[in-house]
Amino acid sequence: MVSQALSVKEVRRALSARGSLLFVESIPGIKYGEIVEVQMPDGEVRVGQVIDVGKEVTIIQVFGGVSEVNVKDVRVRFKGETFKVPVSLDMLGRTFDGLGRPIDGGPNIVPEDWLDINGAPLNPAMREPPSEFIETGISAIDALFSIVRGQKLPIFSGAGLPHNRIAAQIVRQARVRGKEERFAVVFAAIGVTYEEAYFFVEALRKAGNIESIVSFINTASSPVIERIAVPRVALTTAEYLAWRNDMHVLVVMTDMTNYAEALRELSAAREEVPGRRGYPGYMYTDLATIYERAGKVTGKKGSVTQMPILTMPDDDITHPIPDLTGYITEGQIVLSRDMYRKGVYPPIDVMLSLSRLMKDGIGPGKTREDHYQVFMQLIAAYNEGQYLRELSAIVGVESLSERDRKYLNFADLFERKFINQGEFERRDIEQTLDIAWDILSTLPEEELKLISVDNIRKYHPKYRA
Amino acid sequence: MVLGKVMRVIGPLVVAEGMSGSMVYEVVMVGEERLIGEIIGIQGDRAYIQVYEDTSGLKVGEPVEGTGDLLSAELGPGIIGKVYDGLQRPLSVIGEQLGPFVSRGVKVAALPRDVKWFFRRSPKVKVGDKVSDGLILGTVQETPILEHRIMVPPGVRGTLKELAPDGDYTVEDVIAVVDVGGSSKELKLMHKWPVRKPRPYARRLEPIEPLITGTRVLDMLFPIARGGKAAVPGGFGSGKTVMLQTLTKWSRTQVNIYVGCGERGNEMADALHSFRKLKDPASGRPLSEKAIFVANTSNMPVAARETSVFLGVTMGEYFRDMGYDVLLVADSTSRWAEAMREISARLEEMPGDEGFPAYLGSRLAEFYERSGRVVALGEPERSGSLTIVGAVSPPGADFSEPVTTNTLRYIGTLIALDVSLANRRHFPAVSWLSSYSLYVDTVEKWWRELHSDWLKLRSEALRILQRESELMEIVRLVGPEALPDTDKLLLDVAKMIREDFLQQSAYHSIDAYSSPEKTVLMLDIILKFYEEAMKALNNGVQLQRIREAPVKVKIARMKEVPNEEFRKTYEELNKEIMEYFTQVSSGG
Ligand SMILES: Nc1ncnc2c1ncn2[C@@H]1O[C@H](COP(=O)(O)OP(=O)(O)OP(=O)(O)O)[C@@H](O)[C@H]1O
Ligand SMILES: [Mg+2]
Repeated sequence: MVSQALSVKEVRRALSARGSLLFVESIPGIKYGEIVEVQMPDGEVRVGQVIDVGKEVTIIQVFGGVSEVNVKDVRVRFKGETFKVPVSLDMLGRTFDGLGRPIDGGPNIVPEDWLDINGAPLNPAMREPPSEFIETGISAIDALFSIVRGQKLPIFSGAGLPHNRIAAQIVRQARVRGKEERFAVVFAAIGVTYEEAYFFVEALRKAGNIESIVSFINTASSPVIERIAVPRVALTTAEYLAWRNDMHVLVVMTDMTNYAEALRELSAAREEVPGRRGYPGYMYTDLATIYERAGKVTGKKGSVTQMPILTMPDDDITHPIPDLTGYITEGQIVLSRDMYRKGVYPPIDVMLSLSRLMKDGIGPGKTREDHYQVFMQLIAAYNEGQYLRELSAIVGVESLSERDRKYLNFADLFERKFINQGEFERRDIEQTLDIAWDILSTLPEEELKLISVDNIRKYHPKYRA
Repeated sequence: MVLGKVMRVIGPLVVAEGMSGSMVYEVVMVGEERLIGEIIGIQGDRAYIQVYEDTSGLKVGEPVEGTGDLLSAELGPGIIGKVYDGLQRPLSVIGEQLGPFVSRGVKVAALPRDVKWFFRRSPKVKVGDKVSDGLILGTVQETPILEHRIMVPPGVRGTLKELAPDGDYTVEDVIAVVDVGGSSKELKLMHKWPVRKPRPYARRLEPIEPLITGTRVLDMLFPIARGGKAAVPGGFGSGKTVMLQTLTKWSRTQVNIYVGCGERGNEMADALHSFRKLKDPASGRPLSEKAIFVANTSNMPVAARETSVFLGVTMGEYFRDMGYDVLLVADSTSRWAEAMREISARLEEMPGDEGFPAYLGSRLAEFYERSGRVVALGEPERSGSLTIVGAVSPPGADFSEPVTTNTLRYIGTLIALDVSLANRRHFPAVSWLSSYSLYVDTVEKWWRELHSDWLKLRSEALRILQRESELMEIVRLVGPEALPDTDKLLLDVAKMIREDFLQQSAYHSIDAYSSPEKTVLMLDIILKFYEEAMKALNNGVQLQRIREAPVKVKIARMKEVPNEEFRKTYEELNKEIMEYFTQVSSGG
């Protein structure tokens, strides 16, 4: 949606059209990046943006596309402004399309303001390092990949894996300990099926601790080009809620792979030199302008936390979409088909997953003093267990030593007792760490090299009594 | 001044006409908002301009004004502890004035104009002296640990006509006047220098001193020399940023420059906050009193990634010229290369490998070649160094891509990070099989003074690790039991080297910084264990007895021993090893 700025500049025909690009003769005063309204021959109005302005020719990228249009019959009105969306607290609880138009049958919102969907970059010197631990109630995440407010932590999934259920569980259960604050969720569906989109909207609605949800839905059947706008529209709304209204906002965006595909299509339409595997060379920067819109700001109460979801094509983590995402986000939660086949929920790949902001969110006063050491020890022991699994496949379990067998057993316990939990089960961090100690205590005590003697004395079941 | 007009806008690239008389790399002000840009090409009266700010809203026909200046850095007191963007605008000052979001067209001076600094003139300089560039006129104690030396700027030679007395001055007050061939040249506490131009020095020196980093795998296995250059390539999450931050925290230097180029905002925030809290190991003062930050995060204008890198180097050379050891880290050079690729594509230049411009290699060389250990110009005679360490972010962690391969042509130490080590939480995830250092022979002399066997210990450790990887291939086929006991012992020792020596947590209050002495003694003790164990094995002692040695647990925990107490621990462990093996060898 575009603001009702004075529209005086109009071109009554285009020179040519290709894919989503419209070429028109330049008229004075066209601004780079400004929004245009393209009136199609049948009267329908589409939104576009100036992406190249020269003395003779101006190129417009049209949301919704302009292929097979008779260029003589289109009208182009230049709005004189960049892409803006209306924002207001009335948006809470409402559902919009990818460009911010209501699709829930309700009335148009009365805007409190119109904001540029590209936002403005946060001054890095004004950022507050995120450090508030969000307890999700999911052991694997809380103990091993702790999330903090203001973090951007994606889920890397694969086709058919339960990323939606996990995301919904996180949204449902997440809370900051010791605080009774409620928070808002902004949900962006990007090119997903109608069912998937509504699974989320429903799951979110049912969750008790959420003040309200704002949803932006661009389904698989909506125009591809609108996918470029959806995450930006959603984040603009999130920023409005966080920075102007002091809210803690969690932004869930699914599926970023569809976004990247749209970006690739667009780049091809512009006939740009393709980069790796056909994706544009600027995809890193483009994705960064989305993912960087998370954080905490000095002097502001609110926060924006992002949880984008993407499916890895062919489960390949080196594919440009997960790869570039991983280079921007503050870690990743990777789902594993192997674990899924074993029946483990949530099927998290412990080796490939990481939360980079974890260290600032855990420890005494935040979670527990033994948290970091227990985390390191669990990972190390699971590593050893995995290695011995491989080995025992070659040499047989019989030829393994007593110690080695304990590690094999540990790896099983770790997957079945620690990682595995119910979709509606909520474990607090103490429970999570206690389960961790229970399984660690099946190993010889001298193997717990990464845990200090003091912490062993305090938390090991043997001494806990 | 040249005054032209915008004729085309495509993202960060603006084409202007009516620009004849301007020069390449000249700074121009673009449009009514006077966005900062730099001319990167000229064709007839057209100038191709890369604009360092968002160009949305710019129109054809808006004015483009030449400044006659090259893109320059302001150098003088007030620079330490600052966070600059790629155009050297002080981000914290902008934040205080304009709120948390970066807006366009902001012009704030890099160095504060209102602060007065106490200038103490040098007793060795007096009016009437012949002076030349590099001469130290006096000093300003900028922070408790940094004496800012005020030098005659490059290119100024003549007779000193005036020199201000000790006292408080702003960076713009005149503190000296030099007669240069009849005309008077006024000198201030600050001067400007074009960022793309290397600062002159008297002569280069061989990099023979190690840069002590406090990171064991570097100091012991893959040393970096002061004035050397190193690259840290690695896939996402392999530990590049942590490595660079660790280097800027603990390295033995007088000034550190941290360039965040196209990376995360939260990382910059984290660095800023932790540098204010953490103490420099040598002086006990906050690290921010010897650091400068350049932050052009991934969501900030792309073209300014390049300026941020060259701005950082220029500031580094400036402190080098004062006679200091300076470390500059750039995270990540790949993002800068990508910005080059983007601009090059808009210019419709002929793309090279993976779309990068053909000049990628030479641009990287221009950057790394500005490192070095030098004798500075001017009196008193002094040497300084600028060490450069750049992170490289190869797509898909594939080191055969153009930025990595081009970088390898210019650097002396390769710190190759391995994602599979990082996944196993072996940190720092430095691959001992693919990393290298060309400085080993040159820095060996320094280490020999500390521990006569440094080189021998290093080679032995690398040999064991190399052998381990060969043996592991066999183990993967037939299991460990098939190996002879001597090989099993070697595997045990390799594990000790990996876990008890190479692994080093950046977050552990004691382990984060390992003093050179502790580093070399830690390895010494592990190899002593190996030597004695091997002897015992050859004397018929059972491998099981060796594996049970209680001293192994103590070796595993030696990281936690504070640096100052380590020699004592070393003596104790040494004694314990000797006693244990004497006892088991005699059948006890
Ligand atoms: N020396 C270390 N000690 C402890 N943890 C470490 C160490 N090095 C890296 N890590 C862990 O690895 C994580 C990733 O490291 P880092 O952010 O430096 O990766 P990176 O290579 O810079 O990734 P990217 O290319 O995406 O920026 C850190 O958040 C930390 O958890
Ligand atoms: Mg990094």
